Order: sequence, then C-alpha cells, then structure tokens
Amino acid sequence: MAASMAAASGGSVTRRLLRGAARGLSGGGGGGGGGAAAEEPEGAVVNVVFVDRTGRHVPVRGRVGDNVLHLAQRHGLELEGACEASLACSTCHVYVSTPHLDRLPAPDEREEDLLDQAPQLQENSRLGCQIVLGPELEGAHFTLPRVTRNFYVDGHVPKPH
Amino acid sequence: MAGAGGRAPLGRCWGRGKGRGGGDSRGITSPLSFTPPGFKRWLSSSAPAPRVCVVGSGPAGFYTAQHILKHHNGAQVDIYEKLPVPFGLVRFGVAPDHPEVKNVINAFTQTARLERCAYYGNITVGRDVTVAELRQAYHAVVLSYGAEDNRVLGIPGENLSGVYSARAFVGWYNGLPENRDLKPDLSCETALIVGHGNVALDIARILLSPLSLLRKTDITDCSLAALACSKVKRVWLVGRRGPLQVAFTIKELREMINLPGARPVLNPADFTGLENAIKDAPRPRKRLTELMIKTALEKPGEKTVEVQAAATQAVAPREWGLKFQRSPQEVLPTADGRRGSGDSAKAVPTGDVEELECGLVLSSIGYRSLPLDPSVPFNTQRGIIPNSSGRVEGVPGLYCSGWVKRGPTGVIITTMNDSFDTAQSVLEDLQVGVLDVSASREGFGAVGSILRSRGVHPVSFSDWEKIDAAEVARGKAAGKPREKIVDPQEMLQLIGH
Repeated sequence: MAASMAAASGGSVTRRLLRGAARGLSGGGGGGGGGAAAEEPEGAVVNVVFVDRTGRHVPVRGRVGDNVLHLAQRHGLELEGACEASLACSTCHVYVSTPHLDRLPAPDEREEDLLDQAPQLQENSRLGCQIVLGPELEGAHFTLPRVTRNFYVDGHVPKPH
Repeated sequence: MAGAGGRAPLGRCWGRGKGRGGGDSRGITSPLSFTPPGFKRWLSSSAPAPRVCVVGSGPAGFYTAQHILKHHNGAQVDIYEKLPVPFGLVRFGVAPDHPEVKNVINAFTQTARLERCAYYGNITVGRDVTVAELRQAYHAVVLSYGAEDNRVLGIPGENLSGVYSARAFVGWYNGLPENRDLKPDLSCETALIVGHGNVALDIARILLSPLSLLRKTDITDCSLAALACSKVKRVWLVGRRGPLQVAFTIKELREMINLPGARPVLNPADFTGLENAIKDAPRPRKRLTELMIKTALEKPGEKTVEVQAAATQAVAPREWGLKFQRSPQEVLPTADGRRGSGDSAKAVPTGDVEELECGLVLSSIGYRSLPLDPSVPFNTQRGIIPNSSGRVEGVPGLYCSGWVKRGPTGVIITTMNDSFDTAQSVLEDLQVGVLDVSASREGFGAVGSILRSRGVHPVSFSDWEKIDAAEVARGKAAGKPREKIVDPQEMLQLIGH
C-alpha cells in the first residue's frame, strides 16, 4: 500500500495543486466560506452523506457555507475536532468521494503537513474542518476512517477474560 | 430518545453554545451505534450502573472516559489524577507557543462536567489508594497514567550539572510542579540536544524564540525570566541515526526553519543521494526529507528578511542545526570538574570521535513509563503494561490506554484512537457480561473513606475551575492566557484545602 500510495502521491498531489491554483485565480475556493458560496444564495441546501466508522451511511441536509466538521458533529457523527478547526491536529480526517475531491480547493501546506500525521492516509484524505460546503459538493460522501483494532497476526481472536 | 432514568442521551453536541444531549432528528446516532451488530442495548432499569475508574487525566484518560460515557447510557466514570490539576501532557507537555493544540481541553472539560463523570485530583494511585482497592470499588479500572520518566543515555558525565533530561526541561518551562526548581543554566552559547524528535525541536524552538513571541504565551514567568537572560544562541540536535530516521514531523520542522531571527545550519553532505532514496517512500517521509534537503541546499543569499536584518544590525543571528550518526559517548566536565562542558560523540561507522563544545546538554531520547503498583503486570523492557486491545493480560477488569499501553510516542490522534480502542474493549466486556455488573460497586463512595482515613483530600473539578480562573486572572495583566501556579500547596490553599 505504501508503494502505491507513494507512486500515486507524487503525480496526483501536483495535479490537485494545479487545479487548486486555477480555482484560486477564478475567485473560487471555499476555504473561508467566501468564494464559490458568494455566487449561490446563502443557505441553499447541499445534500451530503457521512459514512460512519461502522460503514453506516448517514444522509445529511447541509447548507452552503457549512463547515463539514461541525456539520458532522451536529448530526451525531463521531468526528473529533481536538484543536477546534485551527489546523493543529488531524482528528477530523475524512475521505472524500470522487469526483467531489477534485472540486475542493487544494489543501494548503499546513493541511498537507497535518494529513501526513493521519493514520491510514489515502489519496482522497482531507481534514473535515477545512471543507466548506458549496453546491459543487452535492451528493458528496465523507467517510470517517475505520479505527483499526489490534488483531493477532495469525488470526486468533483473544477470548475475553 | 430518552436515556436511562430520564437523563438526556449523549448526543454529539460538544460544540459551544449547544445544549447537552439531543441533536436533531436527522441521522442521530444511537448510543451503541458503534458496537458490532448483534449486541443488545443496555437497559438501566434492571441492573446497577457500571462504575468505571480511569487513572490519569491526560488525553488518554479523558478520551477513554468520553467514549465510554457516549456509548453507554448508564455507566459512571470517575477520573483520578495525581496532581491537583488535570489534563496531563496537554497542560505540561504541549509547548507554550502551540496554544491551538490545547483547545482539546474544551472537549475534556465538557466530559468532566457531565453528570455521570467525576474528577478526583490530588490522589496518587499506588500510594494513597492501591489498584486492588480500586478494583474492589469499581467494575472496571483503566490505567491511563502515561510516562512520567525518561530514558537515560547511560554515559559518563550524564549526571554533571548542565545536563538535563528533555522531560525535565519541558516540565520546567511548562510549570510542572516537580520541575519548578530545575534552574537550568543558560549562560552558555551552545546547547546540545540529543535526539531527533518533536520534543527536541520544541526545546530548540523555545531556546531560540524571540522573547516577544514567548512573552504572550502561558510559559511560566520564571522560565521567561531565565530565557530573557539566556546566552544560548546555537542549538545542535544530535542523533545516532541518519536523516531518513528522524522522528520529528514536518509541521514542527517547518516551524523551526521559519523561526524569526534564527537560521538553519544543515550540512548538504548529509543529504547527498537522498533524493533517490525517497522516490518510493511513503508520503510523510518523502515530504519531510524533501524539506530537509531543500533547506540544506539553500544558498546563504536566500536568508529570510529577519535574519538579514539581524545581520545588518550586527546582531549575529541565532542558529540551529542537525547532526547525524553520532552517539554521545561522554559528557566531559569543565576544568573544575563540576559542570558538563563538552560532549564527545562517536560517528558511526567510521569510529571517529568528535568533541562538540557546548555548555548545556539535553537528552531527548524518549519518555518512559514506570510500574504503578505491584499488582499490575509491567513489561520493563518495553515500558508498557502487557495488554491486548487495552485488556491487561491476566487481570480481568483491568485495562490500559495511552502511552502506558502503547509506548510513549504519537500525537493527539494516535492517543485518541488508542483510547477509543480500549473504551471499546470495556464496552464489549460490559455488553457480553465479561464484566459482572450484577452486583453494584460503591465507586468513589468506598474510595473516599479510604482516602479520608489516610488524610488525603481529593480536588474536585469545580475546585480545578477555581484554580483555572485564578491562573487566567493572573495572566491577564501580563497579556498571557494564564500564569500557571507551579506550587501544589498554593493550589490547595487557593481552594481552601
């Protein structure tokens, strides 16, 4: 997995950066909730789906401008935001569905640095606190990473004592 | 969605300004939604409330408590803490200039204020009350007491004055009571830190940060005064392995590179050929190494504006650097034989011995847990409590989470996941009856009388809130978020103990 991750990361990170730059030039980018949202009426509905840590799909009616971390928390999803959206931790790590991932403004360097610390990092990893809903995210799935348990290497399941 | 006994369910409403419990009707998770299918929802009316004791009030303790409380609508969780004040390394380990990392205290505070959660500070488990006594009073006991000691270099001269453990130094500037009298000597120009982890970088950054930045943090006044008189202008971070094995992470390295008034000194020779070596490395290692390579190859003319300004004012910029593949052999005393003044190091594999002139040596090679109580198994070699998924081996009803379970590494997300893992084990054992809750346990009711008989007065969470308010008030005048009280006696007097 590391090899494929590494093979993919070089090229695709560059791709995402270029896309982000293009969005930035056209005045897009929802990092602060401005940008794309300014072209839509504030509060228009954006339907998204959260996939919780057991794989359960939780459809949520969000609104343009909603912060994905806070939206998840308001709807009872177990998404932590230890640093309270200040780009100082990676506890709000989520996976974003394609093609929605590429519609997000590229992560800035600080987010990329924090993502490096997230367990089970994938190509479609983002920090939930850095995603702001816009109409382009209609139908997006945000998946919470599974927390892996410690299993014995040989498949043995320890009997509870 | 009424919970047991009419109490509000634990909805996901930790956000500020939201009421406790509830949430809205769309997509709310049931309390046990996290458990595997087939497990029954716990019913309160027939069985006594399970009582859980968590030992340690740092991130591991609080995250374990939070998860149990969220997923069990009857459990009562009591969190014990050795110091009067809670939060462990969030308060005493996270650097003063990283206040955002400490925001997690707000989540922990919400947990502590829950009706089914209680905090008891100023209790040293293993001395004031034994683990055996806790196991009698509670259905389950979770050990989350972290790593209070450090690994030692084991070299001659390690005990000379001028040589400190990173743990003690961090404790000193963060107001940990046991390190308040450290009085590190900062009258030398060069400091040497043994270790290539984030703690080493934190210390380098605190030593070289402009005072104007530190002044507005919650660093203790006493440390600020010492740093104001500090002569340290050069910090070497020395590690026994190479650039590809550094343990620090990119965020912290970048912060160091961008530190105003300080310039990085990396030897390009240390990085030759590494571009190729990291081609297929996992992303975090690749990005980190690329940043080091870039920094090492930067020409002098590309100095930051601040460094150039310092140069024009004829103030030598402070500097810091990384040295690789050197193990400290000995700390050499000064002529009078008392203080550490040099640190001969061995470069592997050439066998060369090099002497590095310095006046301050900090060993930052890892924290270490200590055994708490003879009744708790402990793996001395690894410094952890033997366990699987947080269940302590051979001791039913005893669990562990955090550094004492896994070893003393990782950031907040690592400890969070680990604590949820242990909490899950406790919840499973409650569900399937491995933990027998048919008989009620007294919880703090029993422990309280034991403590009284031993003259120990626990500190409550609202007591802590008084201490907290006093610290914030004292800091206000100086423009600091708080002025930490470092004397436990002063804390106890403040709350009328």
